Amino acid sequence: MTKAPEETPLAPARESAAQAPRPKPPLKAAKHVGFDSLKGIIAKIVLLGLVDAFAVYVMMMLFISASWLVLAVAAVVVLAINWIYLRKGGLPAKYLAPGVLFLLVFQVFVVMYSGYIAFTNYGDGHNSSKDDAVAAIQMTAQERVPDSPAFQTAVLQKDSALYLLFTDPAGTVQLGSADTALEPAPNATKNSSGKATALPGFQTLNFNQIVAQQDAILKISVPVSSDPGDGSLRTADGSTAYQFKPSMHYDAAADTFTDLETGVVYTDNGEGAFADAADNTLSTGWKINVGFDNFVKAFTDPDLRGPLLGVIVWTFTFAIASVILTFALGLFLAMTFNREDMRGKKIYRIIMILPYAFPAFLSGLVWSGILNPQFGWLNQTLLGGAEIGWLTDPVLAKISVLVVNLWLGFPYMFLVCTGALQSLPSELDEAARMDGAGPWRVFRAIKLPLLLVSIAPLLIASFAFNFNNFNVIYMLTGGGPRFTDTTRDIGSTDILITLVYKVAFGQGTGRDYGLASALAIIIFIIVATVSAISFKKTKALEDVNS
Amino acid sequence: MKVQDALTTPINRRVFTIGAFSAVAAVALSACGANSTASSPEGTDLTASGAATITMWVDAERAPALKDITAKFKEDTGIEVKLVVKDFAAVRDDFITQVPTGKGPDLIVGPHDWVGKFVQNGVISPLQLGDKAAGFQESAIKAMTYNGSLYGVPYATENIALLRNTGLVATAAATFDEVLANGQKTVDEGKAKFAFLVGLDPKQADPYHLYPLQTSMGSSVFGLTADGGYDPKNLVLGEAAGIEFAKKLVAWGDTGTKALNSNITGDIAKEKFLAGESAYYLTGPWNVPDAEAKGIKVAIDPLPTAGDQEARPFIGVNGFFISAKSANALAANEFVTNYLSTEAAQDSMFTAGGRPPALKSSFEKAAKDPIVAAFGKIGQDGVPMPAIPEMSAVWADWGATELALIKGNADPATEWAKMAASIKAKIGA
Repeated sequence: MTKAPEETPLAPARESAAQAPRPKPPLKAAKHVGFDSLKGIIAKIVLLGLVDAFAVYVMMMLFISASWLVLAVAAVVVLAINWIYLRKGGLPAKYLAPGVLFLLVFQVFVVMYSGYIAFTNYGDGHNSSKDDAVAAIQMTAQERVPDSPAFQTAVLQKDSALYLLFTDPAGTVQLGSADTALEPAPNATKNSSGKATALPGFQTLNFNQIVAQQDAILKISVPVSSDPGDGSLRTADGSTAYQFKPSMHYDAAADTFTDLETGVVYTDNGEGAFADAADNTLSTGWKINVGFDNFVKAFTDPDLRGPLLGVIVWTFTFAIASVILTFALGLFLAMTFNREDMRGKKIYRIIMILPYAFPAFLSGLVWSGILNPQFGWLNQTLLGGAEIGWLTDPVLAKISVLVVNLWLGFPYMFLVCTGALQSLPSELDEAARMDGAGPWRVFRAIKLPLLLVSIAPLLIASFAFNFNNFNVIYMLTGGGPRFTDTTRDIGSTDILITLVYKVAFGQGTGRDYGLASALAIIIFIIVATVSAISFKKTKALEDVNS
Repeated sequence: MKVQDALTTPINRRVFTIGAFSAVAAVALSACGANSTASSPEGTDLTASGAATITMWVDAERAPALKDITAKFKEDTGIEVKLVVKDFAAVRDDFITQVPTGKGPDLIVGPHDWVGKFVQNGVISPLQLGDKAAGFQESAIKAMTYNGSLYGVPYATENIALLRNTGLVATAAATFDEVLANGQKTVDEGKAKFAFLVGLDPKQADPYHLYPLQTSMGSSVFGLTADGGYDPKNLVLGEAAGIEFAKKLVAWGDTGTKALNSNITGDIAKEKFLAGESAYYLTGPWNVPDAEAKGIKVAIDPLPTAGDQEARPFIGVNGFFISAKSANALAANEFVTNYLSTEAAQDSMFTAGGRPPALKSSFEKAAKDPIVAAFGKIGQDGVPMPAIPEMSAVWADWGATELALIKGNADPATEWAKMAASIKAKIGA
């Protein structure tokens, strides 16, 4: 779900950039007039009305669920949108507002939130707040008293106070409530199965009435006797009660759990869990801030550090090699198929684009089948039954991944290069030839520099995309073959993003969102740095040419 | 004109880029949002009015099995059980992340080996079956019990068995060596291409499917605690019997007899068995209907032994769990403990879903089908899959090591010991 929107928005952006050198018609003036027309005003009112109607609906839902902060933010945003579009003037704001808004919500917020998670221990065992963890431990600690009977139970009401009427297996009937101790109730009426269902002076609740008051009923806990060791009676379904006895006691003031059987005291260990003196933790923990621990762990944990460096090197190799290979092949084919005198050009071009038309994850799966050492089509049919481990040998697997990615990626480069080539004025070509330049010279000195002006930003984008090219790696090799020097599930073809996925979604060691977010931030910093430097370089390229 | 172009073009380009990006992002996010808004109204509904519906997360395969029983519950109590179909691969983790926010469902259906993770994250609450527990198969109740408390109501049990193509081999064999010999004979006679099939993941092999062979050699994964649960502090995987099994893996593997072939994935194994290319296929009941549909006469054989002990498969138990933060906990408890545990409910879930019931009386009825009976008989020797949260780490190392041995890349004694040490380090045993 995260990958799809990432790939698509780039595509229109790339195409627009590829065609950028063509001057746009002056539509600014025409638009300006259009806004004052009746049609423009109606369109504006209708669109704004729809937006406001939706916003009001969302705010009503937020009001019901009592999310006050989000509600306040939503209200401010809606007011700002109305102000921007209803006032006269401020044209740039009208253009930019939707983009900025979506940027804030879907990019800035997401980045900030990952940033926040990177400084917590959020993951398996540290899933929620401390209150939730305490409640969960207390709930788990409620154990049924061994060999105790099951009590048939009816729920009664008197003056809005709730009572439970218990019938034990021997037929003895007792009444109790949250405030009153257990007392015999010999006057109770029993039904045909021997269960006491009613008591004079009390109203018996039916199932729907029980469900309507379930929170209060679930809280009722009636001590069986003055000995706390006998536990207390509780019901979970309103028809049967059991004797429960807590195995742990929570002391809210001291913030400790005490095991009532062994007397061991569990205290908050500062790492989001309750631990005893020997550092045995209770199973449910909670989320806390851990500062830079996750970043430190990424570079010091011996299981992660060794592979991590290898993975970073391979990620760069993979991204750079993918860009160079796809660009080289795409450009070569674009030049070849750009010849005016070639016949059937359109058919060839359509065939060329086909790999681009398949979803990458699907192609990945198909290729992993083709490359299976024993049953794959490549080994079976083309190589006459050879057993070459295309995806199982560390070096071959890397080459296979690059080749498959070349197959997937060249059509895109072919497309943009074709577009850019066609936008180059043919006079330049002719002029150079008149001056006696050969085809190679024309390509090197004229076409390539002009092409690079429009294509260099796309190469950077392609680098960033391949740096995070999850589909190909995960579907083709799943990162394998595994490294032998680590106990984590990390392998020779893992790139950083697949490593992050495995850390976050627990392929082997349980989910660790905190560590995964920290790694994601490291990726972000790397990609941002590389992109910033490259864009600076391409700016110089543009200056030279204009 | 030239100057103006230079000024306006980049702005237009940028506006267009941002616009295009945000439009796509908006579409994508509204698609994402649709899921969350679809589930949130139920959550708010319950907190507000307190009674009308229970939400249950199920996967597409299990959903049809629950239609009848939820209709009956609605008829009896007026409470609607909303079945929200979720992707099986993601439902466990979604449940863990959503329950703390209060937006999760009241109930979830799943296999018992999720319990450890659920308890570790504090998202399910224990429940009581009382006397009803005696009606269930003992192994099913044991599987649903974690740290001494029962967390789920079981409804179906599953285990693997050896499928035999009766057209190729007429009689059952007791030991794995006999199986391989019979299989090899069919290959030598040209009737089949493979002596034996089992699906192996190209990265993780498959400790689950190979476990019966391992247990028959006297090796198991964890020792047991006094109450019969697994003791994660007592890893016995690396003991001498395990190393014997590791040596066998090499002998059966790519450098040995090739009975276990690391290139045969689950899909390939199934395809080859359905094509009649092997006499034997080690798999679960889920592949039987497809084989029968292809016209293959399948017999369900007891699991073959490789050593002198019984071959014990892992048992997977499906069941229902109650969210720790259910706003409708009493109704959910009523539905799970008093409806889903009844014979009628278990019968109807078997009729609609085809998984062998966990309730003894329902199972006896279902066992009229010889295939269900055969699988059930094999399951009686089985042991529940461990549910402890550390299990994911165990599977990963265990599988990778088995794969290396099957490929013949490693020395069994050192590699197996290394694996045991690594697992111990990870789970703190």
